[in-house]
Amino acid sequence: MTRKLALLLIVTVLFLPFLPLLIWSFAKGWYFPQLLPQDWTLQNWVSILAISSKVGQGFFQSLLIASISTGLALLVGLPAGRALGLMTFPGKGAIKLFLLLPIIVSPLATLMGIQFMLIRLGLSGTILGVVLVHLLPTIPYMTLVLSSVYANFDTGYEAQARSLGASPIQVLWQITLPLVAPGVVVGALFAFLISWNEFLLTFFVGSGRVFTLPMVLFTSLQGGNTGLTAAISITSILPALIFLLFSSRALRSDAAIGGLGDV
Amino acid sequence: MTSAHPKLVRQRGRFGRWRQQLSEISWQAYLLLLPAVSLIAVLFGGGLILAFLQSVGLLGLTSEGSLSLEAYRQALGSGEFWQSLGLSLYIALTTTVLSTVLSVGLAMLLQGTGRWASFACQLTLPIPHLVGIAGILLLLSPSGLLSRLLFSLGWISSDQDFPLLVNDGANFGVMIHFLWKEIPFMTLILLAVLRGIRPEYGIQARALGANPWQCFWHVTLPLMRPGIISASLIVFGFIFGSFEVPFLLGSTYPKTLPVLVYQAFTDVDLNQRAVAIALGLILSAISMSLIACYLWLSSGKPYRWLVGRRQP
Repeated sequence: MTRKLALLLIVTVLFLPFLPLLIWSFAKGWYFPQLLPQDWTLQNWVSILAISSKVGQGFFQSLLIASISTGLALLVGLPAGRALGLMTFPGKGAIKLFLLLPIIVSPLATLMGIQFMLIRLGLSGTILGVVLVHLLPTIPYMTLVLSSVYANFDTGYEAQARSLGASPIQVLWQITLPLVAPGVVVGALFAFLISWNEFLLTFFVGSGRVFTLPMVLFTSLQGGNTGLTAAISITSILPALIFLLFSSRALRSDAAIGGLGDV
Repeated sequence: MTSAHPKLVRQRGRFGRWRQQLSEISWQAYLLLLPAVSLIAVLFGGGLILAFLQSVGLLGLTSEGSLSLEAYRQALGSGEFWQSLGLSLYIALTTTVLSTVLSVGLAMLLQGTGRWASFACQLTLPIPHLVGIAGILLLLSPSGLLSRLLFSLGWISSDQDFPLLVNDGANFGVMIHFLWKEIPFMTLILLAVLRGIRPEYGIQARALGANPWQCFWHVTLPLMRPGIISASLIVFGFIFGSFEVPFLLGSTYPKTLPVLVYQAFTDVDLNQRAVAIALGLILSAISMSLIACYLWLSSGKPYRWLVGRRQP
């Protein structure tokens, strides 16, 4: 009973900051002493839904950048996760720590160094430049999640398939990947969200030309239109909601997230 | 066949042992790690090196300069730097300690409640920090929802009576935001760790007469330690280097270190750019050494950690 009450309290507190956002996104002039707005409006949402709006562009740029960086992180994370999850070798701890550096050490100095290179290469303020920089946090998280996925993987299945005459490629496609798929989905969702939510890296390297959704939100937060800011905030949460829906069902095994507890 | 010289046999034996040891190492592992490690090395390491060269004047956007430590002198010479460092450390340490203690408690409380607990803890995990900031601003500012609620209850008579919780001198807003965001994250990790701990240890301790508190303090907590260390490390590193939260929710003076870096980086005076980079590198160096200290202090056997082969 106490636990249920505690759980209810926690969920309420965690939900509290979303409440004013929800109300504001439909409010029309909501002045101080009013507990609830007197007039409601859909204006904020209508202006967001216009495809040509900054928000629409930001949405698609974020989608593009997050998808590409997730794909790239997956490509290098799968083999790295396998090595860290299944094999023992000298220097494993050091390599793990090295891969973690980008997420525990402030990226500011690194960013300013990378930006110098990107300017020389003509990639500053381009989507490609931003994707490259987004690999800094996505690769470590992806590798961590996948290493704990592989730690629970039984290589016996692969040996069995090999002994029955399957080629290495066949083993990879028909045995290994299907078996690790649920964990891979978690890792991919995680990486996608990290890239989707990333502000600082885009801010420093995008040179004000790459306008992802967080950049649009940041600009709006510094402006004065509270209703619009609230609506943009809620739009930014959409992928997170999909993540939550998905995670409550498919990701019941916390093997994947447990990887973060073992760095 | 001629019989081999005894010394040669001994050498061949030693060589053979080395060869065997070398072949036992799975070289494949390094090959599999190569793409990820080299990408991080190029991006992170390369970025750091380029940043360093810029900060000492060897590399510039406009001209190739000469070696000078002027940027570091300027960065460390200003009183603002030390105030910012103090503020950053204060925010990061307070919030990390608070969220670690609260998360351990929460994880113990929610242990065994299963899926719903994990779900509740995931509520803030995937939310962008900027959205959290917007929510906290609209909830806790003097004209925010909480203030309106207190007003309609008659507890305050105007928005001036509401305590300043955002952009305040004590940075309560920043810390509330981080607690809101990081406690669920840590709890989620710790719940996963707790689930991996065999219940037999606790049962055994209880059977031998330990009370629940002793059982927690002497059995469960030590078993959770690796998880607690990793989680608090990630949280500390993140908060210490976070920019947008103190920028939008924090005090206007002093500023945290990352905000100071940003301010120098966007200064109209291009010479300030080297100062910004020097500040950024100092920030990285501080967080790296703090992390090293923490790892060293928290591991019973220093440096063991890096060599690998963690005990189960």
